[in-house]
Parts: sequence; structure tokens; C-alpha cells
Amino acid sequence: MLIRFKLLALKETQAHDYLVRFGLGGLATVFAGLIADLFGPETGGLFLAFPAIFCASATLIEKHERERKARKGLKGSERGRGAAALDAAGAAWGSAALIIFACVVWAEADGMATVVLGFAGLVWLIAATAFWFFRRSLHPE
Amino acid sequence: MEYVIRFLAGGAVVSLFAVLGDVLRPKSFAGLFGAAPSVALVTLGLAFWKESPAYVATEARSMVLGAIALAAYSVVVCQALIRGRVAALYATLVALALWLAVALGLERLFVG
Repeated sequence: MLIRFKLLALKETQAHDYLVRFGLGGLATVFAGLIADLFGPETGGLFLAFPAIFCASATLIEKHERERKARKGLKGSERGRGAAALDAAGAAWGSAALIIFACVVWAEADGMATVVLGFAGLVWLIAATAFWFFRRSLHPE
Repeated sequence: MEYVIRFLAGGAVVSLFAVLGDVLRPKSFAGLFGAAPSVALVTLGLAFWKESPAYVATEARSMVLGAIALAAYSVVVCQALIRGRVAALYATLVALALWLAVALGLERLFVG
């Protein structure tokens, strides 16, 4: 199957990594709210697409890949960077889908919160997946 | 109290998407979840609850610009890692300045 789950990957992530991401995610959400309260929704809205945990995630991916290579007695710094770059490339396509998510909420802002956000979230997932398949057809891995 | 709710809900949703990114393969597909609408779902959810539809629409309109900045940020980080051969932490932190510049620049250009 093309897209799959690898649950064993959870074992590579340590408890403090989860805590860091929880903390950064929580802080980014508080920060976005604070900016909207201080400067209005025009500026606050920008921070809904702030790369909140990107630093932590990319560093973690790079570290895991490097450690995996080190266990085999190889220098994995290049592979580590490559894995983080692949993650960033995926995020670029995810960002394109995020533009569509925001447009859906913008157009349906007078609707019911759960319906609008649920629908916009589903549209994000479909668009992101479609973009990924399109990218894959251009550059098969 | 509202900020405590924001912190807990934001942390939980961001973590959920991060775990999805951890377990999904291939890595390029998992990377999509680095741009999941995690902070947006919580913040817009609260805005729907306590603000007017006009406020939500304004916030979502600005989010379009923030997402364009995020796309630019991701492309630059990707290129810096491949061609610049810099560490992921350095690339992702330095590029935050680019995100801010693009987001605020677009806001000045289109929102005023």
C-alpha cells in the first residue's frame, strides 16, 4: 500500500519530545490568541499558519534518521538532513492545502462552527493528499 | 482562564497531528501534517464561539496570507537543508524571520 502507518515509529520518540511539542503547540495557540486580542483579527489570523512546531519536528526527524544510521555504524548527518528536507517539502504542499482550508472558513464564516471546521478540515486532508499524489507523479521516490 | 483552555486544547491538537506525522509513511506524505490546521482549528473554534461571523471571516482571510508565508518558509527550509547543508534546527529557526517578513508584507499589501 502506498500510504501506510508505521506504529513502531512511536517508540523512537521519547516522552520529553512529546512534552516539547505539546508545550510549543499550546504556546503557539496562546500566542495567536494574544496577537488577535492586541492587534485585531487581521494580524492575529496570520499566526494561524505560524510554523509552530516545525523546528521541533524537523530536528526530531533529523535526529532519528542520524541515530538509525549510527546504529549501523554509518555517518547519518546527510541522511538526517535529507529526511528533514523531505518533511519540509511535504509541509509546502500541506501549506497549499491550508490556503484552501482558510478560504473555506472565510467563505462559510456565518455557518455552524463544528460543521464549517469539520468540512474545512476534511477539504484540507483531501487537497493535501491530492497535492501529494500530484507531486509523486512528477517526482516518483 | 481562556488562555489556559487555548494552551491545553492547542497543545493536544498540535500533538495529535504531530503523532500522525510520526507514524505515517512515506515521509514526504507525513510532512503534509507539518502544515495541518492544528492551531487554526482551536483558535477559529473559539472565535466561532465568542466572536461575530465577520471576526471569523477576517481571521480566516488573514490566515490565507499566513499560509502563503508558510509555503514560502517550507520551500526555503527544504532548499537550505538540501543545498545549504545546514542543520535542521538552524534552518527552521532562521527561516522564521522569513515567515514573519512574508506574512506581514502580504498583510500590508492586501489588508492595509
